[in-house]
Amino acid sequence: MIQQDVTISRFYKRKMPILWWTKRRSHIRFIVRELTSLPVAYFAVVLLFLIRALSQGPEAYAAYLATMRLPAMILLHLIAFAGLIFHSITWFNLAPKAMVIKVGKNRVPDTMIILANYLGWIVVSVVIAWFFIS
Amino acid sequence: MKFRTEPFWWSLFGAGGAISALFLPILLLIFGLAIPLGWIEAPTYARLTAWVAPILVRLLLFAIIALSLFHWAHRFRFTLYEGLQLHHLNKTVAVLCYGTAIVLTLFAGYTLWNF
Repeated sequence: MIQQDVTISRFYKRKMPILWWTKRRSHIRFIVRELTSLPVAYFAVVLLFLIRALSQGPEAYAAYLATMRLPAMILLHLIAFAGLIFHSITWFNLAPKAMVIKVGKNRVPDTMIILANYLGWIVVSVVIAWFFIS
Repeated sequence: MKFRTEPFWWSLFGAGGAISALFLPILLLIFGLAIPLGWIEAPTYARLTAWVAPILVRLLLFAIIALSLFHWAHRFRFTLYEGLQLHHLNKTVAVLCYGTAIVLTLFAGYTLWNF
C-alpha cells in the first residue's frame, strides 16, 4: 500500500493554471514575497556599479550620482525600497523556522530570535547611516 | 540524484537572504533616495573611496553583493518554476539563474580586487 502511494506521487503531476497564485490573498502575498528577490538582485548590481564608478574616477562617480537623480530611477527605487523592506520583514519573521537555537536543554523562544534579528537590522542600519550623516 | 547540489544552493540562498535583509534597505535608502532627493549630501569622491578601500570593507561588500545575487538566483528559479509552472524547463531556468549570479559575482570580485 505504501509502496503504491510513493509510485503514484512520483508520476502524478497536477496540471495547474499559470495564474494559480491570483486566486487567494495569501497566495498573492506569497508570490510578492518571492518576487522580492528582484529588488535584492537589482540593488546588488546598483551597488556593484557604484564601486565600479569609484574605481574609474571622480567623473564616473559624478555620472553615477547624476543617473541616480533621474525621476525614473527615483520611482524605481521607491518601489525597490518597498520590496526590500518587505523582504527584510518576512525574512526576519521566518528566521525561527530556519534556525533552532538551544541554550542548555531549552529552546530559545521564537520571539527572542525574531527580536534579535530586528535588533541586528537596526544596529546595522544606524551604523551605516551614521557614516553618511556625520 | 536529481537535486544533489540543492543543499549547497540553499545555504547560499539562506546566507544571501540574511545579509541582504540586514544591509540593503539602508544602502538603497541612502544611495537610491536620500542622496538623489537631496535629503543628505553625497559624500565626496575622496571620502567614499577611502571608506571602500580597506580590505575588510571590500570583503564585506563582496559578501553582500555575491550572496544577494545567489539569494536571487535560487528564489527566482523557484518563482519561475512554481509560479509560471515551468517544470519542463527546470534545467534551463537553473542554468540561467545560477549562471547570471556566477558571472556577476566574478565581475564583483574582479572590481573589488582591483579597487
